Amino acid sequence: MNAIIISALWGVLMMYIGFVDKNNKITVGFAVVGVLAVLIGNWLEYLGVPFFNINTNGMLIYERFGLMFNNVILFCTLLYFILTGETIAKTTSSSSDHFALIFFILAGASVIAGFKSLLMLFIGIEIVSIPLYVLAGSDKSNLKSNEAALKYFLMGSFSTGLMLMGIAFLYGDAGTFYIEPMQMGLAVLSPMKSIGIILLLASMSFKVSAAPFHFWTPDVYDGTPTVFTSFMATVVKSIAFFAFLKLFDGAFGKFQQDWKLLVAILAAATLIIGNLTAVFQQSVKRMLSYSSIAQAGFMLLGVYTLNSFAKQGMILYFAAYSIATIGIFAVLAQFKDHSIEEFNGLSKKHPLVSLSLLISLLSLAGIPLTAGFFGKYYMLLAVLKDGEMLWLAILAILCAAISIYYYFRVIQAIYFKPPAEGASVQFSNRFTYLLLLNSLLLIVLGIHPDWLTTLL
Amino acid sequence: MFAAFDNFPALLIWLPLAGGLISFFLKSEKASKLNALFFSVLTLAVLSVSLLYTDPKHYLLNQVSYVWLPNLGSSFGLILDGLTRLLCLLTAILFPLVFLMIPEGRYENANRFYGLMLLTQCGLLGVFMATDALVFYLFWELALIPVYFLSSIWGGEKRIRATFKFFIYTFLGSLFLLIGILYMYLKTSTGSFGLVAFYNAQLTLTEQYVVFFLFFIAFAIKMPIFPLHTWQPEAYEQAPTPVTMILSGVMVKMGLFGLLRWLLPLFPKAVQEFSLPIIVVIIFGVLYASVLALKQDNIKRLIAYSSIAHIGLMAAGAFTVKEVAMHGLTLQLFSHGINIVAFWMVADLIERQTGVSKISELGGIARKAPQLAIFFVIAAFANIALPLTNAFVGEFMIFNGLYQYNPWIAGAAGLSIILAAAYTLSLVKNTFFGEPAAAVASYKDIRPKESFVFATLTVLIFFVGIFPSPFFKLIYETVGLIVNRYVII
Repeated sequence: MNAIIISALWGVLMMYIGFVDKNNKITVGFAVVGVLAVLIGNWLEYLGVPFFNINTNGMLIYERFGLMFNNVILFCTLLYFILTGETIAKTTSSSSDHFALIFFILAGASVIAGFKSLLMLFIGIEIVSIPLYVLAGSDKSNLKSNEAALKYFLMGSFSTGLMLMGIAFLYGDAGTFYIEPMQMGLAVLSPMKSIGIILLLASMSFKVSAAPFHFWTPDVYDGTPTVFTSFMATVVKSIAFFAFLKLFDGAFGKFQQDWKLLVAILAAATLIIGNLTAVFQQSVKRMLSYSSIAQAGFMLLGVYTLNSFAKQGMILYFAAYSIATIGIFAVLAQFKDHSIEEFNGLSKKHPLVSLSLLISLLSLAGIPLTAGFFGKYYMLLAVLKDGEMLWLAILAILCAAISIYYYFRVIQAIYFKPPAEGASVQFSNRFTYLLLLNSLLLIVLGIHPDWLTTLL
Repeated sequence: MFAAFDNFPALLIWLPLAGGLISFFLKSEKASKLNALFFSVLTLAVLSVSLLYTDPKHYLLNQVSYVWLPNLGSSFGLILDGLTRLLCLLTAILFPLVFLMIPEGRYENANRFYGLMLLTQCGLLGVFMATDALVFYLFWELALIPVYFLSSIWGGEKRIRATFKFFIYTFLGSLFLLIGILYMYLKTSTGSFGLVAFYNAQLTLTEQYVVFFLFFIAFAIKMPIFPLHTWQPEAYEQAPTPVTMILSGVMVKMGLFGLLRWLLPLFPKAVQEFSLPIIVVIIFGVLYASVLALKQDNIKRLIAYSSIAHIGLMAAGAFTVKEVAMHGLTLQLFSHGINIVAFWMVADLIERQTGVSKISELGGIARKAPQLAIFFVIAAFANIALPLTNAFVGEFMIFNGLYQYNPWIAGAAGLSIILAAAYTLSLVKNTFFGEPAAAVASYKDIRPKESFVFATLTVLIFFVGIFPSPFFKLIYETVGLIVNRYVII
């Protein structure tokens, strides 16, 4: 509850900062302090110090798992602000409004972290989505940005429609919006409930861009200004995944046997399509969009199994994937175009930035001693523990081997190709060291994943 | 985790790691080379001292287990036992020799080159010493990453492509290994990655078969054995020669070591079930590689195919699980490392001086460089496994075991000896004897530094060939443990 209230209030304050601070001098700092405040508030609640006691009739109940998820999300947002905040202030007009929108998204995330009722889920998803439509179209003079916003809006509304319809069916079946009563009674699916579950599965798959509901993702991610793609592909995706996990665990966990195969097929399709398509991309930004689909395939394995390995692993996976991707996007946002050639010979001029990119890419590829490895480790362990579908684990590692191809192409460009003539990017010292610190986090989590997973 | 340095395994990991990290901060080439030599010699010294403490009562010195991830059932466990010692010794001997042979000014950014080499050494030693499957896996991968960079930055013309192929191939293999390890982990009674827990895990027959193949694919790619060998010739050819030496001398032993430490003891039933088809395929691959070696005109490719043949023979020996073959192959792990590095060194010297690596454009080097010729002939004899050389002892015992297993297979494998003699001797003849070719007109003989390296290798070749018993004593117990798991069933 702490996080919802603080982030909503700070979002409002953030909008007023725009009037006071015309030259963007304190906007970024104000945003960083704000997200830090939300993080501390949430952490205190996690430690058992809630500031507010509001009666929600059991619609929002915060448990350790949800709060820990929120901690990770808020921490990643903090990193995102620190690394990309300056670029947002520089490249977008009225940047304080955009920061405000991000705070509203965080409020939505905090609703999702504790929902116990399908209404709250719906409200949370909407609070997250609507500011995103605006962020996607924030580059008003750019046609692609407009296209992205429209596409995202249409697709998002459509999937929300499916969700509402699913919720209606579930209400018709159970007579309540609360998720726990849905698990009561016999473990037999009524037709109404099955339709509801399938509709919710489809709409959640839209939100996490699982194949075959992924078509909007590459265009939207590509068209959105890079600084915001970073946020969409990491934090927002993790929020959607958490909602997915919590919904299917909390409301439909009892019927796992009935929907398990569907999720397994979704995961397999997502892994194959995401990885194979990423191989052919020439633009790093587009490659990262497909990579986000591919990584979603791995995370779906967690939804598929729902055991304790999966839950620990999902939190670790969110952190590992988000930290690495935020780091890469922070660099990418400073480039003019996003072709892979732009990275050629980067290591000659900027060894430390290159090192950070290297660690981030290795982590995404799942090389040991980075956090990404343990993310994949937990997912595979969860699938094996489940024991029903060994083929899914084999398929996942085949896809992981394919992913080496496109991540390492960037590494090859950075380290083995001669630098291109002409235009060169400059990185400030502060940015370089912050980026290095960001990637050090990946190494720390890669050596001691238990520092995060035992917090659950 | 950094607290204890009072035991050998920990020192053997931290020394190369420290040396490697220091190297990145050095400026001049000379300093980084000295640094690399210093740390690699120090590693060798530590290992030599450890040979004096092999007695079981010194076990505290020879094994260590740091708390690492207790929640995951993994601890940072390392051990120095007989088998491990032999392979670590090989690694520790080869690295300083390889460093000595690197001419000055050959590689740009030498500090990074040496740093990555030392990190590779750390990874290799870690693979050999790990007693925890997760730690084993980490080192297995970590040994690969520096090699990827070494080959891609300093390699030949087609380096990026060749190294990439190598990397994806082996990475895919490692992922299969990971699945296998996780599967075993879930089957242990205590939920642990420890070697002992793995040994005691109860698997049904079907499970054993499945996990056997998960492990086997990884090791087969690494060795490599037919038909998973296609990455190897290209990678050897394109990697910078010091890296090729490490790749072929030590790194391929990771696969064989994996067989001995993990695969054979873990899945005895599956090994017995599948050993015949596997051995047949391997022996076919041995003959295939030998014939290809005959056809090669490029020295490097010839050595690469010859290596596939020799490694295949060792792998076949492992799958017989006959005691004599196991002893032979373990010794051969050491001998092959020495011999092939000797070959690469000569090949590199020739290529560096003449700029030619085609056999047809060479000839008559012996007249210009008699010392080099003497050494090369010794190395060639060792490659054919003539008596008195190190390879004879090992290969003889492997053939003995193969014969016990199945005389027909031993007969087929015996053809590879003849083929080895054919391609090795024709290589010697065409490059070193006959009229001097145009390319070698101004060839100069070896310098004292190189003589020292070659003399060391020669001594090792003959020492192992004439007096192998200290080595057998070293490995006796470890091999016995593996074979004993087959006596019961």
